[in-house]
Order: sequence, then C-alpha cells, then structure tokens
Amino acid sequence: MKLLKMCLVVVSLVVLMAVSNVAFSADKLVVGFSQIGAESGWRSAETKVTYQEADKRGVELKFSDAQQKQENQIKAIRAFVAQEVDAIFLAPVVETGWTTVLKEAKEAGIPVFLLDRLIEDKDVDLYTSAIVSDQVLEGRLAAEWLAEATGGKANIVELQGTVGASVTNNRKKGFEEVVAQHPDMKIIHSQSGDFTRSKGKEVMESFIKAENGGKNITAMYAHNDDMAIGAIQAIKEAGLIPGKDILVVSIDGVPDIFKAMADGEANATVELTPNMAGPALDALIKFKADGVAPPKVIQTETKVYLPDTAQAEYDRRKELY
Amino acid sequence: MKQSSDPMSSKKPFRVFRGLPQLSMLVLILIINVINSPSFFNVTIQDGRLFGSIIDVFYRGVPVAILALGMTPVIATGGIDLSVGAVIAIAGAVTASLAQTDLAGWQIISLVLMTGLACGLWNGLLVAWLGIQPFVATLILMVSGRGMAQMITEGKILTFTNPAVDFISRSAFLTVPTAIIIMLAVLLMGWVLLRGTALGMFVEATGINRVASTNVGVKTGAVLTTVYMWCGFCAAIAGLIITSDIRGADANNAGLWLEMDAILAVVIGGTSLLGGRFSLGFSLLGALIIQAMNTGILVSGFKPELNYIVKALVVLAVLCAQSPALRIFMAKLGQKRRAAS
Amino acid sequence: MALYDANALLVVRGLSKEFPGVKALTDVDFTLRSGEVHALLGENGAGKSTLIKCISGVYKRDGGAVFLDGQLISPASVEEAQRLRIGVVYQEVNLLPNRSVAENLFLGRQPIRFGLVDVKTMRHKAREILRRYNLEIDVSENLDRFSVAVQQIIAIARAVDLSAKVLILDEPTASLDRHEVAMVFDVMRVLRDKGIGIIFITHFLDQVYEVTDRITVLRNGYLVGERKTAELPRIELVSMMLGRELDDKAQRVKTQLDQFGGEPVVRFQSLGKRGVVSPFSFEVRGGEILGVAGLLGAGRTETAKTIFGITPADFGEVVASGRKVSVKSPVDAVKLDFGYCPEDRKVEGIIGDLSIRENIILALQAKKGWLKPITKGEQEKLADYYIDKLKIRPADREKPIQLLSGGNQQKALLARWLATNPRFLILDEPTRGIDVGAHAEIIKLIEELCGEGLALLVISSELEEIVSYATRVSVMRDRKHIRELTGSEVTVGHIMKAIASDAKEGEHETVV
Repeated sequence: MKLLKMCLVVVSLVVLMAVSNVAFSADKLVVGFSQIGAESGWRSAETKVTYQEADKRGVELKFSDAQQKQENQIKAIRAFVAQEVDAIFLAPVVETGWTTVLKEAKEAGIPVFLLDRLIEDKDVDLYTSAIVSDQVLEGRLAAEWLAEATGGKANIVELQGTVGASVTNNRKKGFEEVVAQHPDMKIIHSQSGDFTRSKGKEVMESFIKAENGGKNITAMYAHNDDMAIGAIQAIKEAGLIPGKDILVVSIDGVPDIFKAMADGEANATVELTPNMAGPALDALIKFKADGVAPPKVIQTETKVYLPDTAQAEYDRRKELY
Repeated sequence: MKQSSDPMSSKKPFRVFRGLPQLSMLVLILIINVINSPSFFNVTIQDGRLFGSIIDVFYRGVPVAILALGMTPVIATGGIDLSVGAVIAIAGAVTASLAQTDLAGWQIISLVLMTGLACGLWNGLLVAWLGIQPFVATLILMVSGRGMAQMITEGKILTFTNPAVDFISRSAFLTVPTAIIIMLAVLLMGWVLLRGTALGMFVEATGINRVASTNVGVKTGAVLTTVYMWCGFCAAIAGLIITSDIRGADANNAGLWLEMDAILAVVIGGTSLLGGRFSLGFSLLGALIIQAMNTGILVSGFKPELNYIVKALVVLAVLCAQSPALRIFMAKLGQKRRAAS
Repeated sequence: MALYDANALLVVRGLSKEFPGVKALTDVDFTLRSGEVHALLGENGAGKSTLIKCISGVYKRDGGAVFLDGQLISPASVEEAQRLRIGVVYQEVNLLPNRSVAENLFLGRQPIRFGLVDVKTMRHKAREILRRYNLEIDVSENLDRFSVAVQQIIAIARAVDLSAKVLILDEPTASLDRHEVAMVFDVMRVLRDKGIGIIFITHFLDQVYEVTDRITVLRNGYLVGERKTAELPRIELVSMMLGRELDDKAQRVKTQLDQFGGEPVVRFQSLGKRGVVSPFSFEVRGGEILGVAGLLGAGRTETAKTIFGITPADFGEVVASGRKVSVKSPVDAVKLDFGYCPEDRKVEGIIGDLSIRENIILALQAKKGWLKPITKGEQEKLADYYIDKLKIRPADREKPIQLLSGGNQQKALLARWLATNPRFLILDEPTRGIDVGAHAEIIKLIEELCGEGLALLVISSELEEIVSYATRVSVMRDRKHIRELTGSEVTVGHIMKAIASDAKEGEHETVV
C-alpha cells in the first residue's frame, strides 16, 4: 500500500514535470547562433557574452562553431531551419554565397540577424537586421578624446591595422576627420603594425628613433589594443613613460589594455563591444511580442573607457576573454 | 672539353667577389636609409643597451636571421621547411605556458628547444624516411602547428612575467642586446655543426646528387633528418626571442609568414632552392638586407601600401644581381672590353 | 627483301637520321608484315629507339622512305602516327597512375554526354575491351592499384584500340617476372593472330626465341640483317649483334692464372635479389680481375648494385676476408673496403657542383664519419696526389667536377675510391663514353691496380677489352650468371657462345 502510494506520487510528479516542461519550452524563444569560430580573444568573448545575454532573457541558445568555414555555417543554418528555431544569429565568415540558404530561412519565416559583419548588398532583403559597430565612429571618438586631452595640440604617430582591411580604413578615416578640424594636431608617422603586438612594438620603436628618441611624439593612436600594448613596451624600453611622455589611445577594449590603463601606461580605449547579441535579442523579443519590425541596421553602443574605471572593467572582462 | 673550360675562366674574377651583390645591396640600402632619415646611424645607450635605428636592423633582424641560419642547410639539401613559422608559434606557446609555472629558466628554455628539435625530427622523418616531398611534408606541420599552438594558449594571447624569459630580450652584454649575441651564437653553432665537421659537405653533396652521395656511403637519410632538426631548433630559438620580446605568446600571429622571409633571406644569400652550395654568413647577410629594408621603410614615412612594392623591387634587384645569366653577360662584356683595349 | 611482299605492312627503305655529331641511322631497311611479331635487336647505340621514333613520329627522318600499306607516310607527331594506326607502348607505362583504368583507356577521347564525360558508357566499353585480353578487373580502380604487367596490358589495349595495325612494344617486359611476361606474350599472340604487325624490342634472348617470328638486327646505326627466328641459331644472332665472327682460335694474351693462392678477398655465395638478379656465386682474389660480360640488360649492373648494397640482396651470403658479413647498404660496403664506380657517372657517380677535391675525398670522409672531418690541408694533399698520379686534367683541384671530360671524371671517381684504400673495387663500364686517349690510360690503370694486389670486378660491353685484362669472366644472360670462364676459355668466342647458349640447359639453376 505504502509502495503503491509512493509510486503514485512519483508518477504524478513525472507527469507534472513533463507537462510543465512542455509548457515552459513552448513560450521560451529558441535562437540558433552560427559563429565563425574562435580565432581571436574578441571572438571567444562574443560567444560567451551571447550565452550570457540569452540566459539573462530566458532564451535558449543553440550554438554552432563553423571553424572559419562557410560550408559549416550553411549546414548549421539548414539545421536551425529544420529545428524550426525562432531566429537565427549569423556572424558570416565571408560576404558572398549566402543567397540560397538565407532564402530557405526566409521561406520558413525565420528572422535572421547578422552579428558584427555584413553580407553583400544584393542579399539585403534576405536578413531582418544587422547589428554592427560603427568603426568610423570609433576612430572619431579616439581622436576627440585626444584633442581634448592635448588641447588640440599634438604630434601623433599612428599604428594602422592590416593594410587594406576595411577596419583599418574606417578607423583611420574617422580619426583623420577629427584631426583635420584641429590645425595643431598632426599625424607625423603612420605605418601598419598588422594588428599584432610584435609588429606594433617594432613599428613604434622605429617611430621613436625617427623622432629624436621619441621626444617629438605627443601621442600614439593604435587601430587595436594589441598593437598599443606592443607599443607601450617600446616606449618603456626607450626610457620614456607611456601614458605620460607619450599618450596612448587605442580601440577594442581587450582586458590587457584595461590592465595597462590601471597601471597608468595607457590613457583611453574605445570599446568594440562583444555584446552584439544583446541588441539583437531585444529586437527579436520586441518583434515577437508586439510585431514591431526591427530596424535594418542596429548600431552597437560605442564608448570611450578611461583609467578611472579600468580596474573594475579589467576584473569584469578577464573572465570573458 | 674546351668549351666547358671557357665559362669557368671567365667566371674566375667573380669568385673573388662572391657575396659582392649582397654586400653592396646592404650598403646601398643603408645609404638610402640615412638619406631618408639622417639620424639612422645615431646610436645612444639606453638602460645599458645600444639604442638606435641601425641597432634595430640587427635586433629586429634576429628572428629572421636565426630562421635563415636554420633554413640554409635545409635548402642546401634541395629541401624547404615551411613549418618554421608554426614552430615559432608552438615554441612561443610552450614558453608562455611554462613561464607561468615555477620551472627554472634553464628548464623552460631547454624544454622549448627540445620542442623545436622534436618538430624538426618529425619533418626530417617524413622527408628522409617516408620520402615525402619537403614542401608537402613541412606543409603538414605548417598547417597543424599553429592549431597546436592555439590549443596550448586556448586562443588567447598568453602574457607572463618571468625573469629568465625576460632576460632574453631585456638584457645586454657589453651594451649589445642579448638577442644579437644569441644570433651570433647560433651562427657559431651552425658553423661548428656544419663546417667544423664534415656535415656541411655531406649536406651539399646530398643536395646536389642524393643518389651518388648514397652510393659513396653518405648516410643521406641521417643528414636530412639532422638538418631538419637543426632548422626546428633554430625556429624554437626564434620563437623564444619573439615571445620574450612582447612577453606574450600570440599563437595566431607569432611567426606568421616568417618562413617566407627566411627562405627569401637564404635565397638572397645565394643558396639555390635546387640545393647545393650554401653559406651561413651570406644567409645572415640576406636577413639583414631584408630587415634594413623593413626598418628603413618604417622610418622613411612611405605609405604602408608602398612597402610591399618597395620590398619586392629590392629583392628583384638582389636576385637579378646574382643571376647566372647576368653574370655571364657581365663576363662577356668584360671580355669585350679587354679585347678592345 | 621484297618491297612487294604481299603481307608487307610497314616498309622502311634507306632510312637515315643524323644528330649533331652522330649518325644514328644510316640507310636502314626494315619490313614488318601483318600477323607477325618482329624482334628489333641490337646493343647500345645500335639505333633501335631512333628507328622506332622515326616511325612513330617523334623524330623527323633525314632520308629514306617509310611506307604503310604501300602509302608513303611522314608522321610529324605521335598523334599523327596514331591516326595512321601506329601505336607505341614504352617500358615505363606512359599512362596516368592516379586515374582509373577506364579513364586511361579513353584518355583524350572520353565518350561525352550532355557535355560531361559519360562515365558509365566509358566503363562499360573499357570492360569490353579488356575482356578481349582476358582481363577481368574493376575498371573504376586507379591504374596504380594494378601490377606493372596489367598496366602494360592496359597500355597495349589502349594503343591497339587507338590504332589496330602496327604496334611497337619497346621493352615491355623489362620489369616483369616470368608469369607476367607470359601474360603479355599471350596478349601479343592474340593480336598477332588478328593480323596486327608487332615490333618487339627486348634484351632477353630467350624471349626473342619464345615469341617472335622474325628478327632484324641493327648495329651502330646500320642494318646487319633480317632473319626468320626459327632459322637463326643463337650463336649467330649474338655474333650479328656484337659484330664479330666467332673465332675460337683467337689466343688469349693473358696467361697468368690460378696463381692466386690463399683466401679470396671476397666471396659471394648464392647472392641474389628477387626480380633483379638470380643467385650467383663467385669469388675474387687480390691481384685478380673478374670480368662480367653479357648483353645489354643481362643483369650486369644489377649484380654490381646488389653486391654494393644499393639494391641489397634478399638471399645468399658474402664472405669478406674470411668473415661472414652483411651488406645492406653502401655504408656497409664502404666499411668493408669495397668501392663502386657506377656505369652512369653523371647520375650516380659525380657530385657535379662539388670540386674535384671534394669529390675525391667524399668516400673517405663518409667512411670516417662526419665527426672526423679531413682537414683542408689533408684534403688538398690527397687531391693533388691523385690528380698527379692519375693525370686528372685540368689539374685544378677546386674546379667543379662537372666541367671535366668523361675520362677525367672517371679518373676522379677512381681516385675517390683509391683514397679509401679499398680491397675490392667494382668498375661498371669504366671506359664507356670516354675518348680514346683516356680510354687507354684507364685500362692501364686497371691493370696497375690489379698488379698492386687489389681485387677487381669489371663490367664491360667491350669484349676484347675484358678478355685483355680479366683473369676470369662471368657471363650473364637474362639476369643470370650462366657461365664462368677461366684460363684458356677467356676468349671473345667463348663469351659469345656462352651468351648464345640455350636457356633450357641451365633452367634448373633458376630460383627466382
């Protein structure tokens, strides 16, 4: 009798759980995320943040790592369509070749959000919304900060990214726009450091030597933080104090630059947020709830970080990257 | 065999000047550099180390120079090692991960060097015993090696502070940066290994005619394995220096494309990609030419887009200067002039 | 020879071909009838391959005429010859190893359907073709999955399918074992019975007598004669090929023999390698020259390479200075104080870009090991000593060896081994491609070395030369050492007789 009772309780519990589970998953959004890979620290952080943001909003995330291969991404999208997810997040590895698979998603009525990168213009109708950062604005903010910090008077050396990359061109353009408005701000040297620490260091060393041991240089602007970190080492080895003798401003917001700022060796960084998924999820939820169509392009927030918050930011980020 | 002795006698005056094209090119580049940037030869002492653009040519040239020293005998056997860039990444990753432990400096360094030797052994076995073409055999490690390095660093830039590793790039001996001393030490080691023994001649013999070398009792398989191990060893040293320089291991970028610079340095140094005669000293000179160019361009203020073009033109000039066709042409010209006078 | 032979298929008249400095063919006649297998024979430089190439459109003839079915033809390319229905199959299968059998059969003429290769039809047709040769194989497999014999047959099938009239087989059996040879012969017989004319080039006399109907012999670019196989005794064939009348009376100049008591320097006991050289046994004593004679392709160089560990033996044993030893590589051989001057000096002997000095000391250095380098001074002394002793010209030790004449290269290679202080030296065609002056010098050197007590094994195609210096001669045929001639038997005549002797006599010796 006791046994029977027990059984009954167990069975009813199981049934109850099953029912509640069904009910739960019915109103929980499911999003498929096709990520490029884990080729950089920023990319890994983007993946982690996407999980966190999905959790925060009670969204179930199906994740697929394409290992830099488009065919893997196409496969993943097809699988997401077959599983009838509520939306697909795609960080496309290349710009072309998406027409067929995105049509399939569109016909299945699944909205597609592009994260961080765009695809070619002819496919513009095939995705719902693109979440991108404004790289020109990033360059502009870096220059504006520098103009303020130096009172509009500075000899600047610039460490460019890889020659020909669109990020390099945009971050250069935005920076130059602002510099042009200040007659006493000059870019006295500009060379490519290939986005790497070692090249950043090597290029900075040569700038220092070309400019009277660095005494003519007011500030250094790097297209990414890694080059800035290399350059900081070069400045130190030349017997100068980075952040003081030569101001250091860069873009990206990786943990190591916050550490450098906390140590007083760097002055500012413009964050390229790894949180592309947050805005996308918000737009999706709004769309599902009220039927409000998301805007075609969603700009992520671009923010300048300064040494005062550096230690806190470093502690917050070091787990992400 | 009269006709065969003729080109020889006309080549004779060039024997004396072997290395002239390389040396004159280096001098020319340095002259252009100093015109572009008058302070190019200014040398001061900073933190007890020599400091100046000309020192940078040597200091920044160290990784490629060491790679070229490793690559030279490999190319002399008619082979090639495409994996050195990846080995740098592996060595860097190993260095960075060991630098975070409490291992002593000498232990870290010997483990890293052993990693390089193991990579070289792998290449050597593929080439010598399985008979895989060197280009393909070393391509395997070139592709997979960077992946291994990324696995070790978990895709991050591993930073560290370790006095022993720092020592490599931070210190100086009689004001000469340690990295430059290391480069000279590698040159000396290479010389002792290859020219202090009969290995150098076996390497050349194997590269020129492996069948004939085997037939006289040269253990060509062992010769090949040894040179690939030497190359891996050198790549590991270069990896240590690069990692020490930025105090971090960047598996994605460390040593990327450096194999190409190293091969170029060897070729500029006059070793034929078909194998045969080699000279470590000239390969070193080749590496310095490349770096003198790089540093010069950085200081010059050219647009970075122009860098590659300038570099290509200089390389073209050096290679033309040592092409056999041009030599014969010059020799003929000389003969005509002599005949005229 | 009737130009009007009713069966005449391919008729060559007065063909001449000259290369700069060499007359490769002079006024050669040749007649191939339909339904026959016709052997084209001759020693090195006889002009066999030049003739073939003139017929098959690789070379343009300088003079003479070629008729096919009574029509004058002058194919300007292999493709044109193919269209005229003349097909050639070479020793090294000239197909694509990593493509399927079917693709190889239809290469360049794949059946096309809807603009794509019609794989199904192609495979079906391929299977049909090969069935005619009793070959039931999976035609979708890559060619290199099959044995060389099967590949040969596929190459033949392709050639026949392309052009079913004249089939030229250039040493198709050179690398096949006996069973595989039988397979190819079956195919040849089938084709012959269909009326195809087959020209068959081989170095194996037994195969000539086994499968051919008629023989044409060339020598030094001239036609020696055409005979019916059944009517031509072996000895006469050998005599035609070597260009000598059989003369048993020719007296041997060298008379000293069997005075070499004591231990032989080296003794080989049933040494052999499967598919390369049948087991042989002989010994060489100090101060003695053992000659090795035989026709081209008889296995002479293979013997040398087996002894020297380049193609190490599968079975048998080597006794050096009374001790049983194993020679698995040249390294072992060099340690035993052996030396080997190869036949192909350029490819297997000299290190072209290295200097005379380095070439001379290389073997000694290899023997000493890399850790004990010979100093520059010693190297120069050694090099100068041998340059002087062997009169190597030019007497510039730093000159790259490739700039030397053939004779001087040969002397430098001899010096290379002499520097190692050898006890047993193998010389493979030491006088080939060497001008007259150096030729005499090298012969003199060989005799001097012998006089100094060295044990020598000398391979040569020059029978007079061998007879003049050898104490004994081992005669080879079809990869076998068939006779050892000693004493008064060492004459050109005896060697020729031995080469021509019927294979069946010695068949039981064969192990391979």
